[in-house]
Amino acid sequence: MDFHQRGAIPSLEAAGASSSFLDFVTQSNPALLPFGRSLPAGQLPPTPHGTTIVALTFAGGVLMAGDRRATMGTMIANRHIEKVFPADRYSVLGIAGTAGIAIDIVRLFQVELEHYEKIEGTLLSLEGKANRLGAMIRANLPMALQGLSVVPLFAGVETDGSVGRLFSYDVTGGRYEELEHHSVGSGSVFARGALKKLWRPDMDQAGAVEVAVEALVDASDDDSATGGPDLVRKLWPIVYVVTDDGATRVPAETLASVVHGIVDRRTAEGREA
Amino acid sequence: MSQQFYVSPEQIMKDRADFARKGIARGRSVVVVSFAGGIALVAENPSPTLHKIGEIYDRIGFAAVGKYNEFESLRQAGVRYADVRGYSYDRADVTARGLASVYAQSLGTVFTAEQKPFEVELAVAEVGPTQAMDHIFRLTFDGSIADEQGFLAMGGQAGLVQQRLADVWGGGADLALTLSWAVAALRAPREAAAGPGQPEPLDAASLEVAVLERDVREVRGTQRAFRRLPEADVAHILTSSGKA
Repeated sequence: MDFHQRGAIPSLEAAGASSSFLDFVTQSNPALLPFGRSLPAGQLPPTPHGTTIVALTFAGGVLMAGDRRATMGTMIANRHIEKVFPADRYSVLGIAGTAGIAIDIVRLFQVELEHYEKIEGTLLSLEGKANRLGAMIRANLPMALQGLSVVPLFAGVETDGSVGRLFSYDVTGGRYEELEHHSVGSGSVFARGALKKLWRPDMDQAGAVEVAVEALVDASDDDSATGGPDLVRKLWPIVYVVTDDGATRVPAETLASVVHGIVDRRTAEGREA
Repeated sequence: MSQQFYVSPEQIMKDRADFARKGIARGRSVVVVSFAGGIALVAENPSPTLHKIGEIYDRIGFAAVGKYNEFESLRQAGVRYADVRGYSYDRADVTARGLASVYAQSLGTVFTAEQKPFEVELAVAEVGPTQAMDHIFRLTFDGSIADEQGFLAMGGQAGLVQQRLADVWGGGADLALTLSWAVAALRAPREAAAGPGQPEPLDAASLEVAVLERDVREVRGTQRAFRRLPEADVAHILTSSGKA
């Protein structure tokens, strides 16, 4: 028997990898993956970069918000871009960094989670999802060394749970659980300062939306690559909320009134922000 | 060296087909029925974990009878095919017709080239925007493929079950009526076996039910139409339609 000599049972060996879409595509068709190619030496032309993402926990879940700007050097490449996505029913992710690769990594991650669910008939645990995302970011490390880095922020609740958890990553795929709130991207320094002052334990969902939007407003105030709410074009941040009901997008009308509230208050105060 | 006897190709194919048919007929039946709100997939299956019905993609479901390990590996291969296709093109480009023809090719190859054919029969169903645009494909062990109109039955005594469905099926039915048709059809082999006596009951606990919902995007805000109905819901629907 051939497989006895190799000390493995072929079907079990194959089944070990079969729940992961990433593993399957890596073996069968690696050209489909956003990463894993070696770039020749040369100057990379400017590419769009996504900027600031904030996430925070509140009583009953977790929330993630992102601004709408992509920049290419000093140019605004896109003012409608969406950088926060639902990963599956109970988790969301936001991305900062090279937009082209980041959006493909998001797509890959969404398929990865859905694929596992369909093959195994059950959802991955939240830690399991966070680890899979880390593996994808690590696979992108060669591209990051060429300047095409992607830094995600991942948030979710355990299936049918209501305790929100946050995970941040570095370009090597290192995964770090964050408490209370976190932010990534070029405006994250300013957003985090705002979050430290605004975040309160046991905020409700509406309060959390206000805090997230205000943190993004502060980031856009000091970081030229972060887009503030656009009252002329009626562009609001993308905000997703995850509770035990699942991930839902906060509707534009809610965000419009939150943004107007912040702008009106600051206009009335008339201070240097 | 022993002498190899000549066996005609017709005989080989017939033996293989008989072997596969026998394996499939031992199992219990599965029905797939189109109705106003989508497509119902109903299996007689006492196990709550070893599924005969599964999700393939957004609007595509899968049902099978026969040997579990064989149709489970086919189901997983179908999920991989659909996910790779949807990832490399777009979610809208994954169709039941494409999947069914890939299944037909694999089943056909295994039937002629492998030591033994797969003892399975598959159904691939895709829910469309209207009932007229639903697709239900039947795939048999030898790789033949059939486009069924409105409903199909497969498994043990499939002819009897199929006939029972053909007698009652009509367009525009709701879920409760459709489930009652499905259960009545699945019960047909038991009634035939019991003769004039009392047939074994067929209750919600021994049914596996899933639905591909037609208006899932509008109603649930997701594109994945496949939904398993919990046993309690099935029991409730059957009781309210007076068939339990």
